[in-house]
Amino acid sequence: MVLDLPFIWAGLIAFAVLAYVVLDGFDLGVGILFPLLGDKTSRDSAMNSVAPVWDGNETWLVLGGGGLFAVFPLAYAVVMPALYAPIIAMLLGLVFRGVAFEFRGRTQRAKVLWDASFALGSLVAALAQGIALGALVQGIAVENRAYAGGWWDWLTPFSLSTGAALVVGYALLGSTWLVMKTEGDIQLRAQGIAKVAGAGTLAAIAAISLATPFLNPAFLDRWFGWPTAIFSVIVPALVAGCAYLLFAGLNRNAERQPFFAALGLFVLCYCGIGISFYPYMVPPSVTIWDAAAPDRSLGFLIAGALVLLPIILAYTAYAYWVFRGKVDSEGGYH
Amino acid sequence: MSLDYDALDLARFQFAFTVSAHIIFPAFTIGLASYLAVLEGVWLKTGDEGYLKVFDYWKTIFAVVFGMGVVSGIVMSYQFGTNWSVFSDKAGPVIGPLLGYEVLSAFFLESGFLGVMLFGLKKVGPGLHFFATLMVAVGTLFSAFWILSVNSWMQTPAGYAINEAGQFVPSDWWAVIFNPSFPYRMVHMVLAAYLTTAFVVGAVGAWHLLRDSTNRGARIMFSMAMWMALLVAPVQLVAGDMHGLDTLKHQPAKVAAMEGHYETRKGAPLILFGMPDDEAEVTRDAIEIPNLGSLILTHDWNGEVKGLKAWPKDQRPPSALIFWTFRIMVAIGFAMAGLGLWAAWARWRGRLDVSRWLHRAAVVMGPSGFLAVLCGWITTEVGRQPWTIYGLLTTADSASPLAAPAVSTSLIAFILVYFTVFGAGTFYILRLMAHPPDSDVDISAIGPTRGAGITPALAVRRGPTGPST
Repeated sequence: MVLDLPFIWAGLIAFAVLAYVVLDGFDLGVGILFPLLGDKTSRDSAMNSVAPVWDGNETWLVLGGGGLFAVFPLAYAVVMPALYAPIIAMLLGLVFRGVAFEFRGRTQRAKVLWDASFALGSLVAALAQGIALGALVQGIAVENRAYAGGWWDWLTPFSLSTGAALVVGYALLGSTWLVMKTEGDIQLRAQGIAKVAGAGTLAAIAAISLATPFLNPAFLDRWFGWPTAIFSVIVPALVAGCAYLLFAGLNRNAERQPFFAALGLFVLCYCGIGISFYPYMVPPSVTIWDAAAPDRSLGFLIAGALVLLPIILAYTAYAYWVFRGKVDSEGGYH
Repeated sequence: MSLDYDALDLARFQFAFTVSAHIIFPAFTIGLASYLAVLEGVWLKTGDEGYLKVFDYWKTIFAVVFGMGVVSGIVMSYQFGTNWSVFSDKAGPVIGPLLGYEVLSAFFLESGFLGVMLFGLKKVGPGLHFFATLMVAVGTLFSAFWILSVNSWMQTPAGYAINEAGQFVPSDWWAVIFNPSFPYRMVHMVLAAYLTTAFVVGAVGAWHLLRDSTNRGARIMFSMAMWMALLVAPVQLVAGDMHGLDTLKHQPAKVAAMEGHYETRKGAPLILFGMPDDEAEVTRDAIEIPNLGSLILTHDWNGEVKGLKAWPKDQRPPSALIFWTFRIMVAIGFAMAGLGLWAAWARWRGRLDVSRWLHRAAVVMGPSGFLAVLCGWITTEVGRQPWTIYGLLTTADSASPLAAPAVSTSLIAFILVYFTVFGAGTFYILRLMAHPPDSDVDISAIGPTRGAGITPALAVRRGPTGPST
């Protein structure tokens, strides 16, 4: 492991994608759960709880994509055509759910249509992201700096299960977010959903964790070869800890603990993927260093990133602070 | 895997479609964000509630437009990779970091403060709220800076070397960012965005003045918009001319196609109208003014102007299209300046708020900025064909190794979704614009409009820190 610019950038991109997954995760999750949230007032509250922040959350996705283009152009150029269909599906899903925030408040008659657009768009985006992730974990065929596989390589039982898993995981994040941000009937519903989604998420984590090492000998060696096998003890133990905090929190009606425990689960799964992947950017053949742009490009952007990222984190935190506390169907906007 | 011709055409059309749909939103939000900042600034300085009402009016519209800009923009950030992967691999080391700076310095700034601007006036108080509005406005301008730098670099590449993997790599960042066409394009585009917004605001103001010439909000809108038309449209004509001369220096083939010139000649005419025929290499039915072409382009009565025949056929942009898009853009520019003068005359005579023909003209001119922006971009983008990176990388060599069915399926999906979703958005925006600015919005008529804050006027007056009036 060398602490050079490509390595640092791999860390920063990984951070951006993680930030995206946890932030947009809860707001996509709210969308996925939208049809289950009860009456109009409850749905308004749910929408209000994410309306001021969704746009910032999705900007992390642009940083993930734009950052990949900037610092790992080869990875960007290989992954995007390889995952063409799920990426396009994700983008279209995000269009439908993104416009719903403003559109549903602009109409009485068609409101139910934009509610559906919000829910389905969120579901499609989440599913497509999960499928894309699964396809990436499976590996992407590369020859002569270009994608060399077929057009349906991304579609496998494994990628479909990661797709389903991410939907359930986002539902967990969304429901625990609602437990934290709402009160009354909708909070009770969210609590019930969170228990089901929590169980589903844990089952999915277990199944996918068991399947992953057998996709690629390098993954198998990473998890069962010495000394990295130590992670095979640490990561599951921490997952168990988060799972305990999640359910204990839900059972004693804690409002914040379930959300942060669910975040913990996501961070751990993400670390697990990172442990499998390293040093590859696009398994099984393109490493971080193969994919990296020249140091001159990396250095130029890192100067800005080191100054701007802390500022971004500060005002993002400020925006969350301004809109802290409970929302209701009316109050979220003023 | 070889790329067949069909897939390339489809990929080009897809990019043209998604980027054209996208540019409409930022062309409006860049101007509108600055306008909102001015309105809130005037309100804070004078305490005049009229400006706050106009601010709230346009803030609601801004929220809808911005939402559509965000979602269509996310699509763009992935289109480079999905459809133009070879270009992405080769140009990534140079333009990628510029896009990275756009995300870091602009997108986060806009989206981070947007929530506070839309929903937070009561929560944070007017001072911080004004700061949030300013940050959104600054963010839109930063965004324009970086993306136009990227586009300009592709038109007039500078400060690069080519490495052993065939990638463009940076050798001088300053030269990359401030490449030859960038300053002109930046000024031209930001002014275009300001004018686009001014004419939309002016049209809405005029529409409501036609119904009620005493409406205070409509008067504020129309007056401010017509000042912009008077002052900015002439500046834009000059900026556009300078941009054109810079293009002549770096991309003479584009200018030859814009002017419908096939023959290289001294003392070239200005072809006002005509039908460029790229096959026959002649502009038919041309109405020309002798020598004026040379005078405008070279500032010399007998200056030499290159015609398209100076380039091999496969390196010429299609004149038939951009000859016309260029003329539509220029005509709109003159019409904007003309409306500005007309309004100034009406203002001088004290008839700005009651001149019905002026208002009707302003309503008709409402969407003209969008048309001019689209025509301008078609001119510059089609005019740089067959290159993506001018003179260095062709469009055909830039595309992803995709099969035609994949591209056509996604293209059809984009067209259906964009027309449905953005069509609905446009309908909602027009419906918001149909509400007179001064009256309180009848909530039951259009649904619960808490959405993007129609109410804060009242909230602020009651708020603990709001300025007293």
